[in-house]
Amino acid sequence: MPLKRQSKIRNFSIIAHIDHGKSTLADRLIQKSGLLTEREMQEQVLDNMELERERGITIKAQAVRLIYKADDGDEYTLNLIDTPGHVDFNYEVSRSLAACDGAVLVVDAAQGVEAQTLANVYLALDNDLEVIPVINKIDLPSANPDRVKQEIEDIIGLPADDAPLISAKTDINIKGVFDKIISDIPAPSGDETAPLKALIFDSFYDAYKGVIVFMRVFDGTVKKGTKVKFMATGKEFEVVEVGVFGPGRFIPAEELSAGDVGYLTASIKNVSDTRIGDTITESSRPTDEALPGYKKVNPMVYCGIFPADGSRYQDLRDALEKLQLNDASLQFEAETSVALGFGFRCGFLGLLHLEIIQERLEREYNLDLVTTAPSVIYRLYLTNGDKLEISNPSDMPDTTVIEKMEEPIVKAEIILPSEYIGTVMELCQQRRGEYIGMEYIEETRAVVTYNLPLNEIIYDFFDVLKSRTRGYASFDYELTGYKESKLVKLDMMVNREVVDALSFIVHESSAAERGRKIAEKLKKEIPRHLFEIPIQAAIGNKIIARETVSAMRKDVLAKCYGGDITRKRKLLEKQKEGKKRMRQIGSVEVPQSAFMSVLKLDEE
Amino acid sequence: MKDISIYIHIPFCVKKCLYCDFNSFSDKSGYFTEYKNSLIQEINSFEKANDFTVRTIFIGGGTPSVLPSLFIDEILNAVGRKFYIDKNAEISIEANPGTVDYDKFSDYKKSGVNRVSIGMQAIQDRLLRILGRAHNKDGFLKSVESVRKAGFENINFDIMFALPNQSFYDLEETIKTAVSLSPTHLSLYSLIIEERTPFFDMYEKGEFLPVSDEDDRKMYYLAKDILKENGFLQYEISNFAQKGFKCRHNIVYWERKEYIGFGLGACSFFGGKRFHNNYSIDEYIKGERFGGFEDFTEKDALAEFMFLGLRMNKGISRKEFFDYFNTPINNVFGDVIKRNIKKGLLFEKDGRICLTEKGFDLANIVFEEFL
Repeated sequence: MPLKRQSKIRNFSIIAHIDHGKSTLADRLIQKSGLLTEREMQEQVLDNMELERERGITIKAQAVRLIYKADDGDEYTLNLIDTPGHVDFNYEVSRSLAACDGAVLVVDAAQGVEAQTLANVYLALDNDLEVIPVINKIDLPSANPDRVKQEIEDIIGLPADDAPLISAKTDINIKGVFDKIISDIPAPSGDETAPLKALIFDSFYDAYKGVIVFMRVFDGTVKKGTKVKFMATGKEFEVVEVGVFGPGRFIPAEELSAGDVGYLTASIKNVSDTRIGDTITESSRPTDEALPGYKKVNPMVYCGIFPADGSRYQDLRDALEKLQLNDASLQFEAETSVALGFGFRCGFLGLLHLEIIQERLEREYNLDLVTTAPSVIYRLYLTNGDKLEISNPSDMPDTTVIEKMEEPIVKAEIILPSEYIGTVMELCQQRRGEYIGMEYIEETRAVVTYNLPLNEIIYDFFDVLKSRTRGYASFDYELTGYKESKLVKLDMMVNREVVDALSFIVHESSAAERGRKIAEKLKKEIPRHLFEIPIQAAIGNKIIARETVSAMRKDVLAKCYGGDITRKRKLLEKQKEGKKRMRQIGSVEVPQSAFMSVLKLDEE
Repeated sequence: MKDISIYIHIPFCVKKCLYCDFNSFSDKSGYFTEYKNSLIQEINSFEKANDFTVRTIFIGGGTPSVLPSLFIDEILNAVGRKFYIDKNAEISIEANPGTVDYDKFSDYKKSGVNRVSIGMQAIQDRLLRILGRAHNKDGFLKSVESVRKAGFENINFDIMFALPNQSFYDLEETIKTAVSLSPTHLSLYSLIIEERTPFFDMYEKGEFLPVSDEDDRKMYYLAKDILKENGFLQYEISNFAQKGFKCRHNIVYWERKEYIGFGLGACSFFGGKRFHNNYSIDEYIKGERFGGFEDFTEKDALAEFMFLGLRMNKGISRKEFFDYFNTPINNVFGDVIKRNIKKGLLFEKDGRICLTEKGFDLANIVFEEFL
């Protein structure tokens, strides 16, 4: 039974497919709860990183406390916990949901149920949440709420008859959402006097306060001076401050008790001490059992990141360290490449995570980067009985000592209009997919399920999928395990020298094709030199593709007279400067763009 | 008395050619008089003119021959009143077919001009149209006839190659026609597609295919062979002359010697400084003639000396380098020279360092190493 205090609390999150209006609804809820004036409202308060706004997605979970006066005259505390909206952050999503008692499921009245909607609903149901569907964007001319209600009932199996029909954008029926939250989402329970048991669902590093831990208290009470212990890491700290999440700022509080959502600080220096999903308890009076569901998240995708300007290696290190303060799932270690010099081998949760980090390094830290092809973790069984895990093609031993290799496999769900089923199945087959099944959601839409090697989807799978379905397909995946596979290391040679940064591991069947495409790309990117340059793709000693950059024939300015000496000098300086930025491979100058161009191979 | 060269800029044309990124206007004939007056004021206000002997004068553009010949006379008179002009001075003017006739050339002759440079470019009307030139084959031949009749002997033709849709035969015909008219000098330029020209946009839009580097060089060698057979000696990347008729004015630039520029946007290298005039014709006419300094470091000066000097077939002599910088060339560029000799781009003979034939085609590769 919830206590009186708890009966006025609702802890919930909003789940949705990208673009279905999650952030807009969050903004509306914040605005309607009257904590912010309209002037104070940023367009989307929850997404306050510049990058997130541009991409239209939410990267890190955050939370906000809303005060809502209901029709019964009582004031309710509504803790809205925001979740990242992408499969790369599935674990974070699941922990954020675990901190809630219910979830508002936003479905676009025109688009209907999509792959991520499904994935998120399943996560919510796994966490025993009360899911209340809301149909958004009913103001759109193409809105078809009845069809969407039917989809929700058929596909998800949730009653949707009395789902509020709203438009967050044009402010239609937001009150309906509040009423539904209060009536349908259960109030939290839990014993305020029991030993402390709180779930970490996010944390971030603040230069003044140290790590700020976001948590949901399930049992007990925590306040300033409480000695707490993080059960997974075993680290102990003395609480300096607790509080709740005002919109855009932290509001210190006396204490937090069972049912509350809030934060604590404890002079914690290292964000990796505060792992998402870990349980906080009291050092002197620990709880018997940690909350379920904790796991250490491990990177799934790796790539090398190098500064374009070698002298900025230290800047890159500093930037990665700063990013890691707020992102414990980002891993990196120093790496040296013959072609690219000093840099870092970095591990990411997925391809989107990789792209986000790369963009933040470039944008926020003003770094020019060269990255190598993303790789997954391969398992190698050697003839001498040893087992090896590698994510860097450079670490691959000679083929003669490899007994067998295994690669990670994911289960992918693709929801798409039925007219594209053929082309998408063809794509999945090309990518060595193993067909699992297909179900029609409705007459014109289906969900196709495949087992796919992860290494086939980390390059350009999503781009190709989008282009083949004109953007109508949605895609979600989860790691299911490892499988034996015929994999080879493909080396690229420029002027007969192997370029380590261009090597990658690929399935035997597509090696020749890949090698040929990369050789063609490199031919376009490498400028002519005084001599002819062969570009070759090789597996071991076997050359499987070759292109040639012919020798330069002309580089001369026809005119140089009295009026343009300065200009011609600057032109020569620029040309020389351009070469300085190139990478020296033997006697060949290779532009940075060559390394990047092979990451996106056109679909032909 | 020190030697000096003078460049005079006339920024007017009948029509702007499609490849042209020069400092010139085709719609400003209303400015002729005011411009000439401001230009003469600029010459008159020059200080320290007494310290110099003028060895060469070059009136360039634009198309200087669009001005009335009286204006050219007034301008040269102004120079003559201000400076001591050597009696053997080379005095050149640029002229384009269609803007000149016998009378004009005769007037130039009387004013002291002794060298005429005519913009021929190509002999085929088809190609002249593509280039957006204001003349045709006939106009060119007539202008040559007039310049001869007026008594000029020292005559240059400007020719361009690697033009869109130009065949090897077209170039051969152009060069042979030029040679048959017995000029003393030929400038042979590979077309450069400069940004901010109509040509650049046309290439961007794919209206023309750029000539491949391979074909460009084939054309260059084709032209060079014909010129050689006919007694024209190459003395710079793009310049050829009968014995004794090299353009002395341009050699001043390539030897990094000093010159004074008068007129809109004109550049001077004088008193150890490089600077240019205002590019705005309205301000220039109002008397706001100075444009700005073009700074260079000692290192830049060394590089310029090399990349200008190496443009010439005679290259750079170790002695000239020492006289100019008071340091042996090996102390500064020993390694670069050695490296490029090894690559077959430079050679040394009789204390002179020169580009090889391959070096001429890849001159920038060599030049940038001196920066």
